[in-house]
Amino acid sequence: MTRQKRSRHRLKRTVAPYLYLSPSLVIIGLLMLLPMVTVISYSFQNSAVLRRDPSFAGLKHYQAIFADPVFWASLWHTLYFTCMSVVFHMTIGMIFALMLNSDRINPTLRNILRVLYILPWLFTAVIIAVIWRLLLEPNGVVNSILMQLGLIGSKIEWFSSPETALHAVTFANIWAGYPLFMVSLLAGLQGIPKDFYEAADIDGAKAYQKLIFITIPQLMPIIISISLLDFIWTMQVFPLIWITTGGGPIYSTEVLSTYTYKLAFSSYNLSQASASAVVILLISLGLTLFYIRYQKAR
Amino acid sequence: MRKRHTTKDRLITVALHLALVAGLFFAAFPIYWMLTSSFKSNTEIFALPPTILPKAFTLEAYAAILGDPVKLRFFFNSYFVAFVVTVLTVLIALLAAYGFSRFNFRGKGSLNTLIISTQTIPPITLLIPFFGLVVSYRIFDTYIALILTYLVFTLPYAILLMTGYLNTLPRDLDEAVAVDGGTSWTALWRVIVPISLPGIVATSVYTFLLCWNEFLFALTLTKSTSMRTVPIGIQLLMGQHAFEWNQMMAMSVLGSLPLLLIYLIAQRFFLAGMTAGSVK
Repeated sequence: MTRQKRSRHRLKRTVAPYLYLSPSLVIIGLLMLLPMVTVISYSFQNSAVLRRDPSFAGLKHYQAIFADPVFWASLWHTLYFTCMSVVFHMTIGMIFALMLNSDRINPTLRNILRVLYILPWLFTAVIIAVIWRLLLEPNGVVNSILMQLGLIGSKIEWFSSPETALHAVTFANIWAGYPLFMVSLLAGLQGIPKDFYEAADIDGAKAYQKLIFITIPQLMPIIISISLLDFIWTMQVFPLIWITTGGGPIYSTEVLSTYTYKLAFSSYNLSQASASAVVILLISLGLTLFYIRYQKAR
Repeated sequence: MRKRHTTKDRLITVALHLALVAGLFFAAFPIYWMLTSSFKSNTEIFALPPTILPKAFTLEAYAAILGDPVKLRFFFNSYFVAFVVTVLTVLIALLAAYGFSRFNFRGKGSLNTLIISTQTIPPITLLIPFFGLVVSYRIFDTYIALILTYLVFTLPYAILLMTGYLNTLPRDLDEAVAVDGGTSWTALWRVIVPISLPGIVATSVYTFLLCWNEFLFALTLTKSTSMRTVPIGIQLLMGQHAFEWNQMMAMSVLGSLPLLLIYLIAQRFFLAGMTAGSVK
C-alpha cells in the first residue's frame, strides 16, 4: 500500500465504528436520553404537557409528593414487594437448581423437569395476573383446596382484602420470577470444577459443608449480579399489580409505578407524576451504578 | 468414596424425588389450571369440588375468541408490531455490535456502559415524556408510536447480545477480507452475517418476546380498540365480561402460544436471550 492509501485506510478505521453505531446512538439519544431530560424538566413545571407555556414550579411537586402519605405507603409496599420477591426468587431458584443438578435423578427426568420448572417464565405479566386472579378467586381452586385441607375456615378474598392483597401479589410475583435465578444458577453449578467436590470428599466433608464452603462461594458472583438486576426490575413492576389489584384495596398494594401512573393518567397531574417518575429514576440509577461497579470489579 | 445404596442414602433419594414433585406442583399447577379451564364451561370452572380434568370438554371459549374480529385484530396488532420492531432492532443492533466488536475507538468504554445502564431505566419514567412527544407529534394511537417506543427498549439488549455473539467469532475471517482490499462493510455482509445466524436468531427471539409482552406503553399510547395489542385485549376482556373466565383463559393460552412454541423449538436461543441481560 502507498502511504496515501494507508492513511485513508486508517481514517476509515477511525470513522467507521462511529458510523456503525450512529443509528443506535441517534435512537438512544433522541428516545431515551432526551426524554429523561424532558421528564426532569416537566417535574419543575406547572401543568406540564397540558399547557403550552408552563410556568416554573421550583420544587413544589417534589414537596407535594413527599408530603403525600400514599407516596410513602407506595415506597414501603415497593420495598416489601421487591425484597420478598428477590429473596424468594433466589431461594427457590437455588433449591430447584440444586435439586436438578443432583446426580441422584436420572437424566431424562432431569431434562423434563428443567423444562417444566422454567414454565412460569414463559408467560406474560398480564397472563400471570389473570391466572392468579382465577386461582385466588374467593370461589376459586386455592380456597377450595385450603378449606378441604382444613387450613382455613372460610373463603379468603386474597386480592380484595387489605390484609392479604400485598402478600398475594408478592406471591404471584415470586412464582413468576424464580426461573431467571434457577437457569443462571444451574449454569453456574455446571461450571464448578468437579475436583473441588472430590477433594472435599477425601477430607470427609458432609453435604451441607460442601454447599456452604464450595457451592455458595462459587456461585456468589452470579447471586449478587442477578439479585441486583432482579431488584431493579422488580421495583419497576407494573402490569402484574395493575391487573390483579390496581393498587387497591385502599392503597394496600399501591407501589411506586402504579402511584405514578395514576397521578399521570387518572388525575392528569403530569407534573407531579414526573416528579415521582424522577424519584424512581434516581433510585434505579443508584442501583445501576452499584451494579456496573460490581460488574467491572469482577 | 461413599458407599451407595445404604438405607440412609435411599431415603435421601426418595425425599429428593418427593421434593421434585412438590416443586413441579408449585411451578406447573397454575399453568395446568389455565389450560384446563380454557376447555371448561364457565360453571365448571368454579365447581365444588374442583374438577381436575374438564368433565365436559368444550372448545366454545376458543370459538368465541377466534370468531370475534375485534379479538383477532389484537393478535394481528401484536404480531405486526413485534415483527416490525424485531426486524428494525436486529438490523440496527447488528451494525452497532459490529462497531463494538471489531473496532477500537475513543469513547468505546463509556458508550458500552451507557448501553448497559439503559437496560435498567424504569419504563414508567419514560412513559410521561413519551406521552408528551407522541401527542405533540400527532402519532398518538398509531403503530408508529408503539414501534418507536418499543425500539428504544429492545435495542440495548439486542446490542449487548449481538456484541457478545460477534466477540465469539474469530477475527481472522474479516481480516482476510481486508487483506483482499475489501472494506469493513463488505466483511460484515459477506463474512460476518452468514456465520452469525445463531446470534441473529437469539436476538430476534428475545426482541420478539419483549415486544409481545409489553403492556405499559400499549396501554397508554393507544386508545381505539383496533390499535390494542393482546395484553391489553386480555385486560379489556376482564373488564367487559368479568365472569367469562374460560374465554380469558383461552385468550391467555392463545397469547402464550408464540412464546411456548419458540421455547420448545429453540430452547437454546430462548435461554441465550433471557439470560443475556444478566450474565456477562
